[in-house]
Amino acid sequence: MTVTVDAVEPVRHRAGVLDKARDILPKVVLAPSFALILFFVYGFILWTLYLSFTNSRILPVYELVGFGAYVNLWSQPNWYVALQNLAIFGSLYIFFCIAIGLTLAILLDQRIRGEGVLRPIFLYPMALSFVVTGTAWKWFLNPGLGLQRTMQQWGWESFRFDWLTSTDMAIYTVVIAGVWQASGFVMAMFLAGLRGIDSEIIKAAEIDGASTFSIYRRIIIPLLRPAFLSAVIVLAHMAIKSYDLVIALTGGGPGNATELPSTFMYSYTFTRSQMAVGSASAVMMLMGISAIIIPYLYSELRERER
Amino acid sequence: MSAAATSVSPGSARFARYFIYATLVIFALIYLLPLFVMIITSLKPLDEIRSGNMLALPQAPSLDAWFKAWGTACVGVNCTGISGYFWNSIKMVIPAVAISTILGALNGYVLTKWRFPGHKLVFGMMLFACFIPFQAVLIPMARVLGEIGLSNTTAGLVLVHVVYGLGFTTLFFRNYYEAFPDELIKAAQMDGAGFFKIFWRILLPSSGPIIVVTVIYQFTNIWNDFLFGVSFASGGGAPMTVALNNLVSSSTGVKEYNVDMAAAMFAALPTLIVYVVAGRYFVRGLMAGAVKG
Amino acid sequence: MTIRTIAKLAAGTALLALSAGSASAQDKSVEVLHWWTAGGEAAAVNVLKENLEGEGVSWTDMPVAGGGGTQAMTALRARVTSGDAPTAVQMLGFDIKDWAELGVVANLNDLAAEEGWDDVVPAALQEFSKYDGNWIAAPVNVHSTNWLWVNKEAFDAAGGEEPTDFAGLIAMLDSFKEQGITPLAHGGQPWQDATLWENVVLSVGGMDFYRDAVIELNEEALTGDTMREVFDNMTQLATYFDENFSGRDWNLASAMVIEGEAGAQQMGDWAKGEFLRADLTPGEDFVCMRFPGTQGSVLFNSDQFVMFEVGDDQREAQNLMASAVMDPAFQVAFNTVKGSVPARTDVEDTEFDDCGKKGMADLAEAAESGNLAGSMAHGHAQPAAVKEAMYDVITQHLNGQITTDEALERLPQAVASAQ
Repeated sequence: MTVTVDAVEPVRHRAGVLDKARDILPKVVLAPSFALILFFVYGFILWTLYLSFTNSRILPVYELVGFGAYVNLWSQPNWYVALQNLAIFGSLYIFFCIAIGLTLAILLDQRIRGEGVLRPIFLYPMALSFVVTGTAWKWFLNPGLGLQRTMQQWGWESFRFDWLTSTDMAIYTVVIAGVWQASGFVMAMFLAGLRGIDSEIIKAAEIDGASTFSIYRRIIIPLLRPAFLSAVIVLAHMAIKSYDLVIALTGGGPGNATELPSTFMYSYTFTRSQMAVGSASAVMMLMGISAIIIPYLYSELRERER
Repeated sequence: MSAAATSVSPGSARFARYFIYATLVIFALIYLLPLFVMIITSLKPLDEIRSGNMLALPQAPSLDAWFKAWGTACVGVNCTGISGYFWNSIKMVIPAVAISTILGALNGYVLTKWRFPGHKLVFGMMLFACFIPFQAVLIPMARVLGEIGLSNTTAGLVLVHVVYGLGFTTLFFRNYYEAFPDELIKAAQMDGAGFFKIFWRILLPSSGPIIVVTVIYQFTNIWNDFLFGVSFASGGGAPMTVALNNLVSSSTGVKEYNVDMAAAMFAALPTLIVYVVAGRYFVRGLMAGAVKG
Repeated sequence: MTIRTIAKLAAGTALLALSAGSASAQDKSVEVLHWWTAGGEAAAVNVLKENLEGEGVSWTDMPVAGGGGTQAMTALRARVTSGDAPTAVQMLGFDIKDWAELGVVANLNDLAAEEGWDDVVPAALQEFSKYDGNWIAAPVNVHSTNWLWVNKEAFDAAGGEEPTDFAGLIAMLDSFKEQGITPLAHGGQPWQDATLWENVVLSVGGMDFYRDAVIELNEEALTGDTMREVFDNMTQLATYFDENFSGRDWNLASAMVIEGEAGAQQMGDWAKGEFLRADLTPGEDFVCMRFPGTQGSVLFNSDQFVMFEVGDDQREAQNLMASAVMDPAFQVAFNTVKGSVPARTDVEDTEFDDCGKKGMADLAEAAESGNLAGSMAHGHAQPAAVKEAMYDVITQHLNGQITTDEALERLPQAVASAQ
């Protein structure tokens, strides 16, 4: 609030109440939104931070007990599994979404007939929640019901696809479903980026005799930098928040093989009645998110200044 | 731009195009697979699902499961299908999308055209709000909703979705308006147009693409939300996703996969329609604003 | 129906009539949070709903399915935090104690005294239905988790004799394997893994060991040789699963036994509902037996409707609901559908099938001999935090993520960090 309301007035020497009102009006318009966010986001973050120093179990208690919840958190083998899984899942998810999204966008950008049909096909998974598609995915990945059985019924007896039930491989099935959902969205972002590039630059390069491949490598892809950045930010935040995905596909199993920080946090806060530990993990998640987002925001907003 | 492979010899160019089409079609088939499985399963009787191949077409397609899911399937003790919950979701999603989009547009307008010292900090803080894990806000939110008397109501759910959508809508509009020429605003100011008049007459008429992106984004997220719905509106006012979950994850009894899938299709239809109908504007809208970093 | 129950019924009805008379024209309604959302369970709840509506109490349904009530408990937290608790909530075991401790539940003492609940509800159940000596919940049923469900055809081919110890079980499973079917149908979800584990604990160590290890959390019991044998046996049992067990719902595992794809399933008595719905008859098409080595003992869990503190205007409807839950006729109607046995000990077993009768007799016998204990896997032995910590170790071990040595080392650690 202080920022909006008490901000130093720009030095303008216009007289009159009307002008004064005009200066204040924009801030009045912005104020409710900002107030909502201050309260419901930053207020709640502080509240979570506070809870992480209590001994809250089934419901919040407000007596401070120090760092116990953090000590407990970092002694949970589950937490390490969750962090490791997030590293595997996050990096593969971001990499494959971008690789597939970029490939599809470049291919779609080749004056393709039927683009109007193909584009929504690539985009639609983003429209569906895993509450909706979870059952279909679970079937599909289950060796006894899905792809493996189908292939074997069709005569490919030795076909194996049993990642869902393997503790080592299950996290990769989560990656597959995640990439399926988000890569079309990434494609749309890259497609928008490609369509925004000035075609004169490409023509000039073609006249110079550059091959299609090197035009892409040396000119177009570097020009897509803003789209890359947006994609990484959007994907990173979706990776960290991924919850429905894991619950629908594996429920965190087999064993705890697909536990992620988000499922960890939910289960400690709500299922396991260790709300303080859940809050501590939420604080750690927020710190992780801050480490990615704040430098990005800082550089982006600074750049604009020039 | 469209990079044309015109400088290469015709034979290899044709090969290249076949290759491109083949790749795109293969990907499209893979992407369609889950939807395909859902649709054909919803059209099969239970016996056929149990014994048959997941990918086999139904031998005698029937819409029985669809009618059952819509009108007679049991969710808890009420065997009235999911139709009521469908309307609950509509009642929630329309105001939530409208309010968050309007506020986002106004915020974007202020943050680009009526800047004040500290506007970057304000924007940064609003943007960071997009990243809060929703699981962490459930309990304090429940408390607040109770205090203001909106516990277990659609209005409460609308408030929640507006609050946690504001960061995104503000981001979209701010990036879009950033590129809007300041000169036009200045000229209008010279002519004596005020804050709202400029917004209404000059910015809004050219905001079509970004409104489409914002509405699609918000509509999808709010329609698909499960966590807030299950926590803040679990009774008769529950949204579609909660009812769907109740239907498909019953702890006991015969699993009626065809009804489950038909119900899932009902839950998916509105967002699917939005994506298919508005998909072309979506890329245009992204082009116009959202990917400019 | 005995004369006693008829008398009780009459007394109950009279009480209801009395209280209904005094209620004047007030709107009576209850809001009920539960996770019985489909099939027989929903039908069973519907019986309760109709009974109440017959008495002029309207029922607001608040079903939240999934994860054995996980989501429901989250929704409950939100409701209680917002100061708007539902009238009644389906709940299990230690969850009840946790909520009672927060002082948000109602007091049913008057009604309980009126209807004589103290005399008809077994002490082991009262442990959870009462807090600080006050009645706070109405128990609906008693489930028992130490059952083995066997396909009759496979059973006969294996010699037709019920195994009585773990070695006997292995011999039977070996025979199933020779018959070319999956010997043991299992659903690889943590709570199912834990259900199997507690059966093995009881089978290997007996009731005293179960109490020592699972209820008292005695460190020596948790790390000793008997526990090593338990984990080794779990590893051995895992070799009899099919390869797709991971993540499977329990009712799909039951379906495997029903269709003859698998020989046996270890599961609580709610599995019987699946067999009955497939039109199978106990004794003819399938066999229910105590998990080998656990005869004479019963591990139970009990669904209860916990009554939350609500305004005075709703209290009467709440009492009517509690009374309707405890109604012997309802307990029979509900439990014949659900596969469990009544929470009241004064209900006749005539309506029940052979498995139900055996269940009721076993329960009475175990309660008599002191061999009745709460099920760990279903929240009747430890609070949620400890239960889930034990799940972690059990399920990771069963899935081969950790060895038996590591499991023995981790079990007490996990328990300690959750306490």
